[in-house]
Order: sequence, then structure tokens, then C-alpha cells
Amino acid sequence: MELTELIIKGILIVVLFGVTLLIAMYSTWAERKVAGFIQDRFGPNRAGPGGIFQPLADAGKMFFKEDFIPSQANKWLFILGPCLAILTALMSSAVIPFGESIRYEDLLIPVQGVEINIGILYVFGVVSLGVYGLMVGGWASNNKFSLLGAIRAASQNISYEIGFGLSIIAILMMTGSLSIRAIVEQQHGFAWNLFNQPLGFIIFLTCAFAECNRTPFDLPECETELVGGYHTEYSSMKLGFYLFAEYINMFVSSAIIASLYFGGYNYPGMDWVRETLTGSLGAATGHNLATLVGTIVLFGKIFFFIFFFMWVRWTLPRFRYDQLMNLGWKTFIPLSILNVVVTGFGLLYDVKYASWAIVIVMVIMAMVSSARAPKPAVQPQRT
Amino acid sequence: MQLTNRSKEVSNKEMTMAEKMYLPAIAQGLAITIKHFFAKKVTIPYPEVKRYLGPVFRGHHILKRDEEGRERCTACGLCAVACPAEAISMVAAERKKGEENLYREEKYAAVYEINMLRCIFCGLCEEACPKQAVYLRHDKLVPIFTERDQVVYGKEELVEKMSDRYIRTNPDAQATPTEPSFSRSAT
Repeated sequence: MELTELIIKGILIVVLFGVTLLIAMYSTWAERKVAGFIQDRFGPNRAGPGGIFQPLADAGKMFFKEDFIPSQANKWLFILGPCLAILTALMSSAVIPFGESIRYEDLLIPVQGVEINIGILYVFGVVSLGVYGLMVGGWASNNKFSLLGAIRAASQNISYEIGFGLSIIAILMMTGSLSIRAIVEQQHGFAWNLFNQPLGFIIFLTCAFAECNRTPFDLPECETELVGGYHTEYSSMKLGFYLFAEYINMFVSSAIIASLYFGGYNYPGMDWVRETLTGSLGAATGHNLATLVGTIVLFGKIFFFIFFFMWVRWTLPRFRYDQLMNLGWKTFIPLSILNVVVTGFGLLYDVKYASWAIVIVMVIMAMVSSARAPKPAVQPQRT
Repeated sequence: MQLTNRSKEVSNKEMTMAEKMYLPAIAQGLAITIKHFFAKKVTIPYPEVKRYLGPVFRGHHILKRDEEGRERCTACGLCAVACPAEAISMVAAERKKGEENLYREEKYAAVYEINMLRCIFCGLCEEACPKQAVYLRHDKLVPIFTERDQVVYGKEELVEKMSDRYIRTNPDAQATPTEPSFSRSAT
């Protein structure tokens, strides 16, 4: 039995790994497609039907371009940079529960790379390591612009990690567990954390944008100020790895957001689906099919968030660096601490929706302040 | 000078709380972009969809035949003289007995060549032609060539096929009476 479990687990890990890479690959295509559609264009549509082979063409191009290493660069660190970036990006998807469990005879195997009881801490640790990829690469390039980009990336990631971590503390307080699977299981059915933690969700989402170095927080590669940022000196597949790591990070953050706030593989009516399927198709097949439905639902949520990442990218302009730091340190950290305190009070006095109080107060404050603001004077038309 | 009424005076005033939160403005922006996401695309995917270029578009050259299928060209050389790019060359020949059903006049072009690398598609040959023999088609482009020996077009490519006669006016397009090409439409 030990061997069957090992084989099923191995197949599962390979499949999850492949799916992660495939989704990251097609995110590059989807990004350009979404960009095109938002700008009233078609996007890539030459390679295959609807441009479906575009990622392959891009990868082919990346592989055959000249692999250039600057003569004054630290060669080994220069190579290590993109490797670290992609390694850390790929590692973090291991602990995400993609579905309930697969039943094979009497075995119940969770659809997850590895179940560890500190799952969310593991993700945070690995994501923090990701900044080494950028930092090492930017430093090893021996180029001032690369170094500036790398420093920006490092300081931005460190600043936003605090808000990132504080915003989920409220969730951890409500769940009492660090395991992502436990957090997902508590949101069974439609009891999603979003309804208890609206403020935490917004902070988490924004910090996820910053952690992924995506617009509006893509300061590390701000081309108007820094040429290309930390990957100025990179070419060929090393550049490809950096870009690819960004898309894998996007997929992983979407999965984490979906798991923490949108119930992961839970959906309303899942118990009914499971009972009907196990009743009509037998215990094993029905169970596996119900798990598959949950997994599909989770991927639907993930795709929505990937789309949302792209949607925001093609809507918002880039923040200025001081605005970015102000937002991180002066807004998100106090707000998330407040959220933790209010949630704590809520837990103490058994008020589940305590976090809404902050949202309501903020909305009222915003309405009052805009009502009290002086009306802009109407400029007379000059002819 | 004022062009629109939408211009706003830039001010450096303190933002209100609602503006500092960014979220209402972000939601507005997202609504605008999603509207464009579902909007009709303005791009015409060219090789699959071809746009009607109008009845006066100057494309592939054609040497017309008349109603009985005789070549109109008499090799007078006016087109070659008019051509600013010197793309046209021809060799004249005299019509033999029994060739009356092939050539309209006593003289004809035995060789008529247009170098498509030189041609600038100005249409001056069409205007110079006294016999209404050479036209630039409005509905067909010169195909892409990759080799230099594909560039010079001879009579096989240029002379009109009787099975596929060319008419300048497009019945689908609304004709403007003042358009000179319509009044001079090919027969």
C-alpha cells in the first residue's frame, strides 16, 4: 500500500508542477491578449488559432537569442540570479491545496503537493527568498541601473511583506491554524473569509500586487527611470526565467488569495454535489469526481484573479516611489494592525463581522470628507 | 485657444479622504477598461478580411480587351513615356493577315513588360493611354514576390482573361457622379 500511495502522490506532484508551468506559460499569452482587448485590439493571433502557439514561439525566440554575460559581471552570481528567481517561484505552489482528496480503494490522498501544518508560513518564507533572485541578479550585473532596480525590488518587497503578513494574522486568529488546508476547510460551502475580512482582503490583494512586482507597483523595472531595472543586462532564457518567474508568482498569489479569502475549492452546494455523485456513481468514482469539480472551481477562481491582475495592469499607471512607500508604511501597516485589533475584539465578544466596522467607518469618513471639500470653482470659458 | 470643453485646470489642492483611498477612482478606471474589453475591435485582420479600397484604388495592371476580345493596346508607347519610374517597356509589331480577331488595330504590342519593382502605382499610364487599354485594377493587388525574376510582368500576367473580365465600377459601392474614374469606366 505504501508504494501505491507513493506512486499516486508522485503522479499528483508531477501533474501539479506541469499545470503550474502550463498556466504560467499561457499567462504570458493571456496577458498580451487581455492587453490587446482592453486597448481595442486583437492581441497575438498569428501563431495558431487565436495565437494559441504564441508562448511556444516566444520560448523558441528566447532560447535562440544570444546569451550575453557582461565582462565585468560576477559570472556565477549572474547565472544564479534567474535560477533563484524561478526556483523560489516554483517552490511556493507545493503547499497549496488544489482539491479535497483522491480516493483509491481505501486510500485518501489530498490533492496537494505536500501538507505541512505551517503552510502559509512556508509560502511567506519562500516568497521572501524570491527577492534574492532579483537582488543577486541586479547586483551581479555590475550596472548602476540594475543595482537601483534590485534595491527598489528589495525595499519594496520587505516593506510590503509586513502589511502582507499582518493582513493574514486576522485570518489566522479566526482559523487558529497556519495550515492552508485547514484554512480552506473552515470556509466549507459558502462561509468564505471574504465576508468576515473585507479589509484584510483588500490589503492582502494590494500587497500581493506589490510582492509580484506587477503594475501599479512595478517600480523595480520602471523603464522610464531605470532602463530595464534589475534585468537590464539579461538576455536570452535568463531574461525569460525572470519574466516567467513573475507569471508563476502571479499564479501562486492568485491561488493563495483564492484559498485564503475565496474558499479555495469550496463552493455553495458542494455537499449536495458530493452526495449525488457518490450516491449515483459509487464511493470512489463519485468522491473523485466531486473532488475534480472542486478543483475546477478553484481554478476558475484562480483564473479570475490572474485576469484581475492583468486587468489592473492595463488600467492603472505606475505609482511614484514615495507614494509606494507611503502607502505601504503609513496606510497598510496601521490599517492591518487596526484590523487585527478589531478582529480580536470581535473574537472576544463573539461578533463575527467585526471587521466590517472599519470598512463602514472608512466609507463614512470618505463621504463626509468629500462632502466637506470645497467645490472646484467653475472656470469661465475663454473664447 | 480652446479645443474642447473637457479641459481641466490643474490644481495642487489637498486630496479629500475619498480621493486618498484611491479605491473609488480605481473602480472607475476598471469599469472603463472592462467596457473596452468587450467593445468591438477596430482592427481589420488583414489577410483574412480585406477592406474594400474604393473604386479608384490603383492595384494590379491589366491590359484590356474590347467587347470582341481583341487587345486594345497599339504599342504607341505613351504609357512608357508618361511613366515617371520608367517601369514600362514594349516591342511593337504589325498585325498579320488573319489576326484581326486578336488585335484591334494594325499595330500591337508583341512584348509588353512592367517592372513591378519600379512601378509606383501612380496611374499615369492609365491616364496617358489613348486607347483605354491599360488600367490599374481596383480589386487586386500585385502579389508578393521573393525573387527578382518574378518581378517583371509580361503579357501573360497582364492581358485580360476573357473568362474573368474586369469592370472598374463596383455595384456595391455608391458612385459619386463627380468621380472621373466612373465616367471613364472600362468596358
